[in-house]
Amino acid sequence: MKSKSYELIREQVYSDRLDNGMPVYVVKKSGFYKTYAFFATDYGGADRRFKLGGEWIDTPEGVAHFLEHKMFDTEDGNALAELSANGAQPNAFTSSDITAYFFESTEKFEENLKILLSFVSVPYFTKESVEKEQGIIGQEIRMTEDEPDYAAYYGLMKLLFRHNPVRDSVAGTVESIAEITDETLYNCHRIFYNPSNMALVVAGDVDPDRIFELARKILPSTRVSPPERDYGGAEERAPVSQRAERAMEVSKPIYMIGGSAECPERGAERLRLDTIGSLATELIAGKSSPLYFRLYAEGVVKSDFQAAFESTAGVAYSVFGGNGAAPDRVFEEIKAEIARVCDGGGDRALFERIKKANFGRYMRALNSFESICYNYAGGYFRGYDAYTASDVLLSVTFDEVVDFIRENMKPENLAISVVTPKAGETE
Amino acid sequence: MLKIEKFDVSPRLRLTCARTDKFKTGCLSVNLITELTRENAAKNALLPRVLRRGTAVHPDMESLAVITDELYGARIEPTVRKKGELQCVGFFADFIDDDYLPNGESILERVTALVGEMLLTPKTHGGQLTSEYVDSERRNLIDEIRAGINEKRSYALDALLRNMCSEEAFGVNKLGGEREAKAITAHALTVHYKKLLDTARVEVFYCGNAEPGRVKSAVADALAGLPRTAAPETAGTQILLAPPAPETRKFTEKLDVTQGKLAIGLRLGKTMLAPNYAALAVFNAAFGGSVTSKLFLNVREKLSLCYYASSMIEKHKGVLIVSSGVEFANFDRAYNEILAQLDAIKSGDVSDWEFLSAKRAVMTERLAALDRPGGLEEACFDQMIAGITYTPEEFASLAEAVTREEIIAVANSAVLDSAYFMEGKTNEE
Repeated sequence: MKSKSYELIREQVYSDRLDNGMPVYVVKKSGFYKTYAFFATDYGGADRRFKLGGEWIDTPEGVAHFLEHKMFDTEDGNALAELSANGAQPNAFTSSDITAYFFESTEKFEENLKILLSFVSVPYFTKESVEKEQGIIGQEIRMTEDEPDYAAYYGLMKLLFRHNPVRDSVAGTVESIAEITDETLYNCHRIFYNPSNMALVVAGDVDPDRIFELARKILPSTRVSPPERDYGGAEERAPVSQRAERAMEVSKPIYMIGGSAECPERGAERLRLDTIGSLATELIAGKSSPLYFRLYAEGVVKSDFQAAFESTAGVAYSVFGGNGAAPDRVFEEIKAEIARVCDGGGDRALFERIKKANFGRYMRALNSFESICYNYAGGYFRGYDAYTASDVLLSVTFDEVVDFIRENMKPENLAISVVTPKAGETE
Repeated sequence: MLKIEKFDVSPRLRLTCARTDKFKTGCLSVNLITELTRENAAKNALLPRVLRRGTAVHPDMESLAVITDELYGARIEPTVRKKGELQCVGFFADFIDDDYLPNGESILERVTALVGEMLLTPKTHGGQLTSEYVDSERRNLIDEIRAGINEKRSYALDALLRNMCSEEAFGVNKLGGEREAKAITAHALTVHYKKLLDTARVEVFYCGNAEPGRVKSAVADALAGLPRTAAPETAGTQILLAPPAPETRKFTEKLDVTQGKLAIGLRLGKTMLAPNYAALAVFNAAFGGSVTSKLFLNVREKLSLCYYASSMIEKHKGVLIVSSGVEFANFDRAYNEILAQLDAIKSGDVSDWEFLSAKRAVMTERLAALDRPGGLEEACFDQMIAGITYTPEEFASLAEAVTREEIIAVANSAVLDSAYFMEGKTNEE
């Protein structure tokens, strides 16, 4: 067992590595009613093409998410119900690069942890249960298809990326999930749900040794090499086109503006890139930027306006999103602000303030067990220690961020995706 | 551990301090409590947004942002909440706990003072709230009211309540109506602002690690300018024990959507004469509020009728709402099946497993909520509205003590009032 303390944020993490290669982290927290367990695999909606026995296999869109739904089925019934009946609040999610199963409970934690580790590692699917799930997920897909934010987001992804699977919905389409069979699910489970490809993080007032022991007892000990996957190679930096539009039942246009950036796959550089990228978008149009204040005062942007940076599945991108009557004006203003900052117009004092505010936000996120566990597991999969994020933040310089903007946010490489109201609905 | 103390800072200003050292941040909310009315809802909702734009000392968003960034990204957000037929408006602030500041600074007093400055000394022009801010935030508010339709799931619930409670204050949206919002001028809002400051009850909540005496003096200082009022406004919620119409009312709306939405509203009836909140919570968990509930296991899992089918209770008003997403062709089946599941509970068809699972779900959810600063604040807030004070441990033991007969009684007391269907448009429409 290893123990690591982080002075700046006053956290203590105990860790151990099982024979199968899987790390188990225990983030010790006291004074809380709940204990939280997060069991994740380095497998998400974008992992559609991978090597199996020397051959490349293509799977339909939506398998990782489908698998997430079906994993709760056990030979004896349903783990979701079993955990809930035991006082746990279980749930799961699938993103482009991670699938995670988690619960929080205020009693019987070890019993619940056993259930979690078992149902995620032992698959049980039947032809009938797969068919039935196609109905439920089909409804979920239809529901998200009515969500304008979702439409604006995937609209942007399709502009920024030519072949990377992040351009397709994590849940797939009603058509693509119809191709999924119990065999597809068993295969993907075997490849991606081996503990060698997974991580367990527990947060709460628990005895770390008990957790390590439990994980050792329940999970298989064989180690396999991590699956090789293909996201379709490097993407061009220029977007497919600079603009896409779609009409939906909305009150005002909803838009997302963004550009892709070079993405190191793993390691401390990845965390540094995420930190720099996020400071860069804030410097351009964050909630403390002169551009945001000016556009807000004019009524062009509203308080829901967001400036962010993401990296996942081999790609990285900046994104500015909001709603309002003049999306193209926002697009032009962002491009102009980028040009101004690259031209020496960036404000160093503002940059220092943004860093300070981000430090506070980072501390705030450490209240949340969900965010602690997600970040810790995500950091492991991406090859960095997530708890060093505040140290990285404090070390980033103004010049580094401006260089990043110059390199990765060239106005000609940005694109805008807009969801517009259907005709006749605006005033 | 958690220790809750209340202070009457003045006859109309009360502070509730929930002290805990488990968080890295503290939060502070200042709330004006007033009655929810169609006439004033939009004005109330607009007010904190206008006040957040600038103060006499920090006249614009930029100068406020400089301060909040320097306070390590302290957040101060305008809030509006609807609790039964009360509308609660003000600010919610959260900020790093002093213990975690790198340079041994203390920011609690500075954040509290800034919230007080926003509430009491806004930027004015000729004695009125600045019309530039009023106009701009009024436009934003109207946009937000209209944007309700973008989220179909919550829109369906709003549409149900708007129709079902059209003759009651509860039918008013917490943001108010578009028509009323459009009519607000800087003058009208200023008059309303002064009246609200003169009459509303002020409830302040703090959750964090600061010593309560210190919080009390910070709040007393920050709100010293609050006008002295002998007796603040008393407002409450009118609870209808039975639906106003003899027949179930059905409302249909056609929108361009691919998935239908069904929302059903019921009155909790005579159980609201002496509400047992723990029994209400356990009933809801058994009916549709948890993944072991009848709605989840039968309507969604067994029959695959819906992507989601869940229930919730607004305990201050005594309303039970079922919300679901359904294929248009399955509307009738889903509607009948949802009511059949309620009938099952009425007739006592609740297994040991269902009953115990519901209790566990309630206890876990309530305790786990207190592990989030916002959840802790909301729990204190709800207890204030309901006029109850339970420690978390007390609530857990009350939930444990709920009997099967009590939840069957809740089900039997519930009366169907209205249903709302969101249908799709055909190509011709």
